[in-house]
Amino acid sequence: MRNRLVVLSVAVGLLASVPLVAHHTGSTVLSDKTVTLKGVVSTWLWSNPHCLLTVDVKGVDGPVVQWVLELQAPNSIFSDGYRKNSFKAGDEVTVTLNPVANGRPYGRIAQVVLADGTTFGSQPGSGRGRGGAAQ
Amino acid sequence: MLDRFPVLRVGLLGAALVCAVEALAQSGSTPTWPDPVPNRPPVAEKDKKPAPKRTIAGMWGSRLGNQAKGVQLRPNDGSPENQLPYTPYGLQIYRSHKALEGADAVPPAQNNDPRVSCEPLGMPRYNHYDLGVKIFQDEHSVAILYHYDNRWRTIWTDGRPLPKLLDGGVEIDGQFREQRWFGYSVGKWIDDYTLEVQTVGTMPEDRVWLDNTGRPISDQARITETFRRLDYDTMEWSETIDDPKIYTRPWQTMKIPMTLQDGRTDVLSRYCSPSEIETYNKLYGDSASGK
Repeated sequence: MRNRLVVLSVAVGLLASVPLVAHHTGSTVLSDKTVTLKGVVSTWLWSNPHCLLTVDVKGVDGPVVQWVLELQAPNSIFSDGYRKNSFKAGDEVTVTLNPVANGRPYGRIAQVVLADGTTFGSQPGSGRGRGGAAQ
Repeated sequence: MLDRFPVLRVGLLGAALVCAVEALAQSGSTPTWPDPVPNRPPVAEKDKKPAPKRTIAGMWGSRLGNQAKGVQLRPNDGSPENQLPYTPYGLQIYRSHKALEGADAVPPAQNNDPRVSCEPLGMPRYNHYDLGVKIFQDEHSVAILYHYDNRWRTIWTDGRPLPKLLDGGVEIDGQFREQRWFGYSVGKWIDDYTLEVQTVGTMPEDRVWLDNTGRPISDQARITETFRRLDYDTMEWSETIDDPKIYTRPWQTMKIPMTLQDGRTDVLSRYCSPSEIETYNKLYGDSASGK
């Protein structure tokens, strides 16, 4: 199954004008693109200042690329359904995100969908949880 | 029979009540630890109730996020109307601050924001970052518990005077007292719905910033806040700073509508942990920020 996972799509578009703010990284780091990836969860870190989801993504004919993706702090994403046990290694996920501008496989998650359809997070491009507290 | 033994009657009624509550709890219909909920939206006009007098107690939330681009009323966006009235020294301090946000934001590797190393934000920056609070109040004081980093401050409302501001500290009852992260705050009700709070004795400009964009504030600041209860569910939290060391005139930083939240909410931890930040930077921040 894992080998059949491919990059689902790379949709590029301008985001809504909601500021995207990271803790250490700062708003200058993220690009203004939206990308959707399909892959397999490697690790899920429930932590401050940001939670981190690591996803292995198989290219069409290339090697597996490991994406490290951040979310807001636990208290901000709780209302979007995220919990400490939301993901486990091996889970298939479809992730919508804003990649960083330097081209490396890092980014800010807007939404995660599990294989059974369970959806976490707000609509792509909103860049913040329903709680409205960007960190 | 029972009328002849009132104590017995009360006891039986109490036992019945306890059994009913336990049965309800066991049925699962009443959550004992209600989930934290997103910030409650402002109350519709038709649902507004009168404000109670002389109290601001309760769980309060705003929907502003962390005022990332600078204080609410004067975002650091480079526009002429939001330029601040810096003194020459104030401008020098501002230029020494390398912020991750705002008109003069720097790449992450160059930043020197004390928040990034988990230094306390100090007063008034706690008001300018991810503002959500729980407020307790008694006849002596108002205590504000800030959700971010689980910090708290006391505002004395028992009539004690505001300390005299000195160089490097304050004077209280003829004695020198040290600067503090939240300074020294006293409050008084200027009407039944408005609490005015004055604060002095905060930390110096080499320890704290005013906001996320590196604007400075010094230990000579006098901070005036007003907590104005507009109705039962709404409170307006305003703030003005007067800091002649940094700014040539007083200016207003925020006027934030706060909405009363469900008081049963058990707030999730939002600590700034140096070890967790180190892990975050190792796994994400450093590579995401690098060229």
